[in-house]
Amino acid sequence: MSVYEAVIGLELHVELATATKLFCSCPNEFGAEPNTNVCPVCLGLPGSLPVLNARAVELALRLAEALDFDVPDRSIFARKNYFYPDMPKDFQISQYESPILSDGRLEVDGATVGIERAHLEEDTGKTVHMGGGGRIHDAEHSLVDYNRAGVPLMEIVSRPDIRSAEQARAYVTELRGVLKAIGLSDVKMEEGSMRVDANVSVREAGAAEFGTKVEIKNMNSLRSLGRAIEHEIERQSAMLDAGERIIQETRHWNEDDGTTHGMRTKEGSSDYRYFPEPDLTPVAPTDEQRAAVRGALPELPAQQRSRLVALGVPEAAARTIVEAELTTYTTSATVSTATTADVANWVQGEVLARVNAEDADPEEKLPAARLGELVDLVAEGTISRAQAKEVFDQVWGTSKVPREVVKDQGLAQVSDEGELAKVIDDIITANPKESDAYRAGDDKARGKLQGFFIGQAMKATGGKANGQLLKKLLDDRLG
Amino acid sequence: MEHVARLARLSLTDDEAERMVGELSGILEHVEDLAAIDLDGVPPTAHPLPLVNVLRADEVGPTLDREEVLAAAPDAADGRFRVPRILDAP
Ligand SMILES: [Zn+2]
Repeated sequence: MSVYEAVIGLELHVELATATKLFCSCPNEFGAEPNTNVCPVCLGLPGSLPVLNARAVELALRLAEALDFDVPDRSIFARKNYFYPDMPKDFQISQYESPILSDGRLEVDGATVGIERAHLEEDTGKTVHMGGGGRIHDAEHSLVDYNRAGVPLMEIVSRPDIRSAEQARAYVTELRGVLKAIGLSDVKMEEGSMRVDANVSVREAGAAEFGTKVEIKNMNSLRSLGRAIEHEIERQSAMLDAGERIIQETRHWNEDDGTTHGMRTKEGSSDYRYFPEPDLTPVAPTDEQRAAVRGALPELPAQQRSRLVALGVPEAAARTIVEAELTTYTTSATVSTATTADVANWVQGEVLARVNAEDADPEEKLPAARLGELVDLVAEGTISRAQAKEVFDQVWGTSKVPREVVKDQGLAQVSDEGELAKVIDDIITANPKESDAYRAGDDKARGKLQGFFIGQAMKATGGKANGQLLKKLLDDRLG
Repeated sequence: MEHVARLARLSLTDDEAERMVGELSGILEHVEDLAAIDLDGVPPTAHPLPLVNVLRADEVGPTLDREEVLAAAPDAADGRFRVPRILDAP
């Protein structure tokens, strides 16, 4: 059996976060009643004319800055002709030979993935197949909702620079972060505002030629993207091992059985009879437009990560925080660099768990400054980490202030050395057997017994004793 | 000819198809004439008018009334356009 290398290219479709559709002023919104966001333009009624949304061009120019794209002097729209009831015009307005952006790149975990092009196009309507179990092949008829027809999409086509399912997931994760950061899209894969198709081929390791590529579609989460690519690499490798030939085709990922299935062949690219859209003028971004966008570009995920790491946040935590869009929250909660790592810990732990569970804005539930105060209370030794968790539960979602909760409930830990020394001495006197065992024991035995003594002391103080101080006092006496 | 007719969803009789072959050949010959012109350095025309960047602001405008829209369709159900089966039976 040979050793194979996978060659993967990804095509992302993302819905743009505009207020209106690409060529008409119908609202661009998810979940409206069927066929309520429609007008003569997106219904393809005779005599209607499309006009391009200025915001879509602005978002494309932002993407150009973020991914280092070239912006051609002129790009044009094209009609992609096909017969399917999801587009009432019987063509889709897209870009073909001259996309708005070309030749970009994205750094993914130290490797550069080239991006061939990104272009604007309109989304199609939504069809529901009735009868025959909802499958298009067996349906008796179909129902069509044109709310989504004309919604602006950006198609982003990577070069075949990706070599594994893991790298594919990392690329999509990083790209999604960029798209979110620059406000281009809300990129919710599950709601369909981001769709990913993969071109996968395999070749013998070290070969210069590419193998025959297969396009896989219908992955609706990052996880299924990874699974589908892994499955396809295995399928193709097994075929080559068996001396079979790979056919260039489009295959559908089936989430339930974890395999890909061949699809009925569609009209080929030349059958789409692309031609320039005569109803739209070319797009020619001006230097002023580009400069305005450049000046207002938000911080990208990679920059956010470096900034957090420079503040003292561990690399892995920085990744989680940036992905969860909690960078600003984290930096606002950080009072001094001495406690940055602690703040990050809280943010990627308790805060993120609550944000996910409640789909909440953390700043509303617990202002960052108050989280910083809570971290300080632990750092200065006023409360223990366990007590802090209790306080956190009380201040989250309420208007309570951590320092006041500690005061009102007498939560402050006992750090008075004289008081704690007396507690420890009493416990030692009451437990002579354990005390002797501690004195004579090795590190392991001591570790166990330390738990016993600290536990007793905590019990005696109602859980308020300063743990660090207890350990020191115990060691002074029995060590 | 059959392929082109299928793409345009036209069903032609044999007589019509024969006539169309002749007409299409004439059109293609005319296009061939254009190839004789020296177009080096002439960019392709994407739009007949010398305009670029005709844009509109991203502001929501009026939409059509659904009942009115669906009333104009041959068939509707459940607030949606009802269309005959899309693919031929396998
Ligand atoms: Zn519309």
